[in-house]
Amino acid sequence: MRWQLAKRSIYKGLAGRVNPLTLVIFLGPAFILFTTFVIIPVIVAAAFSFYNWNGLGPMVDFRGIDNYIQFFSDSIVHKSLLHNLIIAIVSLVIELPLAMVLALIVSDRKFKGSVFFRTFFFLPYMLSEVITGVLWQFIYHPQYGLVRSVYAFLFPTVHAPTLMGDPSTVLWAIMVVIIWKYFGLHMTIYIAGLQAIPQDQIEAATIDGASKTRIFRSVILPGMRTAVRLSVFFSMIGSFQLFDIVWAMGKGDPVNSGETIVTYMYKVGLIRFNIGYGSTIAVCIFFICLLFSFVYQRILAKEAN
Amino acid sequence: MKSIKAKNLLLNVFRYSFCIIILLVITLPLYISVMGGFKSVGQLRAEPVSLPDPFMWNQYTDILIGKIGSFWLELINSLIVGLGTVVVILVVGTFAGYALARIKFKLNNIIYVYFSLGLLFPLAVAILPLYVQLRNFRLLDTHIGVILPQAAFGLSMMIMLLRGFIKQIPIELEEAAAIDGYGRFGFLFQIVVPLSTPILATVSVLTLVSSWNNFFTPLLVLNTQKKFTLPLGVMDFMGEYAADWNMILAFLTLAMIPAVVFYILCQKYIVSGLTSGAIKG
Repeated sequence: MRWQLAKRSIYKGLAGRVNPLTLVIFLGPAFILFTTFVIIPVIVAAAFSFYNWNGLGPMVDFRGIDNYIQFFSDSIVHKSLLHNLIIAIVSLVIELPLAMVLALIVSDRKFKGSVFFRTFFFLPYMLSEVITGVLWQFIYHPQYGLVRSVYAFLFPTVHAPTLMGDPSTVLWAIMVVIIWKYFGLHMTIYIAGLQAIPQDQIEAATIDGASKTRIFRSVILPGMRTAVRLSVFFSMIGSFQLFDIVWAMGKGDPVNSGETIVTYMYKVGLIRFNIGYGSTIAVCIFFICLLFSFVYQRILAKEAN
Repeated sequence: MKSIKAKNLLLNVFRYSFCIIILLVITLPLYISVMGGFKSVGQLRAEPVSLPDPFMWNQYTDILIGKIGSFWLELINSLIVGLGTVVVILVVGTFAGYALARIKFKLNNIIYVYFSLGLLFPLAVAILPLYVQLRNFRLLDTHIGVILPQAAFGLSMMIMLLRGFIKQIPIELEEAAAIDGYGRFGFLFQIVVPLSTPILATVSVLTLVSSWNNFFTPLLVLNTQKKFTLPLGVMDFMGEYAADWNMILAFLTLAMIPAVVFYILCQKYIVSGLTSGAIKG
């Protein structure tokens, strides 16, 4: 009897009809949680984006595509997106190559102390963005910080610059912090990629008399393709979603000099309570990220052919 | 032979000096924060890099005994929010991940794709409606109001990882379990969960870290200082003691310690979780 029951349950497990109640118990909670807090808000954001609404009372002032027209002509939007783009490019040109060089150094087995260096290089990634931001505000502080004492040492007669107060330096000051905090993550991704390359391939190339640069170009780099793709993707998408560090280092001020698109959206939506236009910005951020993912996939697919 | 040796020496000199420079750049701000907490404002201003002279313990002790700021309360709040998020993701995600890996039904693939949509949507896109929604649910200014959205946004990754992992468990094991009289629940808890410990641990550790460091969701949801998590607490403390940088640095240092300790303890899980995508396609 017991055996027969068991047999029936195998049958159910592999194919056949499933008790709908089982499905509801297993999938219901996840479905409700995910739908309520991810899917519905995203759909609702799309709806909000056509209205002029301050978040209170009924949503009646339908604006059609006016919010979107405003988005495209808003000079702060242009400025913020330019900042996001600069951050993305600088990450690509400085941060990722730096991470690559360090990964190559640290993953060499003959290099003593590699675990020690690796552990420390990854450490900033573990600190919260807010702690990092506030700490660097101190480093940059014109009356207390490290920058001031370096200046006092090198140029005793000149006043230290107010890096976080001067619109021409804010973005670069933030950029340094971003590299400081995130290069370790990319280095770690590259190390994982390097470890996946079969050692005998490198040895074979060495025996064949290939130079170090040649080995890097023809063996190591192709072997790390997945790791590089992943890290480029992380850093690009991350650049367009940057919020915490910028907020903790002065909220993108003065005069929007460090504004990113997400800090601007937050200000419009939850400080000025223009939820309609804020949602328009949110929807556009989504499409920018989607467009990037799509183009990126296409480029990679082409390259694979 | 000699020239190769010289070349190697040169390479090593370059490698070590480069690594040491980077190491200094990484550790100097952290050192300044730790030591700055022991200095007087005057000394901080005169010499940010030197060792404190004398060591003034009172910044740290004032914060630790709760005379200044609310470090412990914020630490506990961060723990509540972090562990709450982990529990919700583990419970809800394990059931869903198992069902999507092992129960055959018509909509299986569609539901899986539906859950993986979460990987496409950045939190920023949903934040304004989320605010309105939490207000309607009367969840603003509650810890649950932080936990549920965090869990919902982490769910996609959890389901994806777990489903992939459970699919690799041989089907014969399930048959054997069924012959031994286990039902679906029995199989899930007696066999799948113990086998999946590494992946569940990785997800838990990553969820805890990202919740611990998360600033955006608590900033949106929490208003009352008593409910603040540590990142909000840091911002709040900074606003309150704007001129007393020695206090702020002491608070920062204390706020960093849990993450650093956790990193040292769970480095394996953190690194393997973050780099899992780097090897396979």
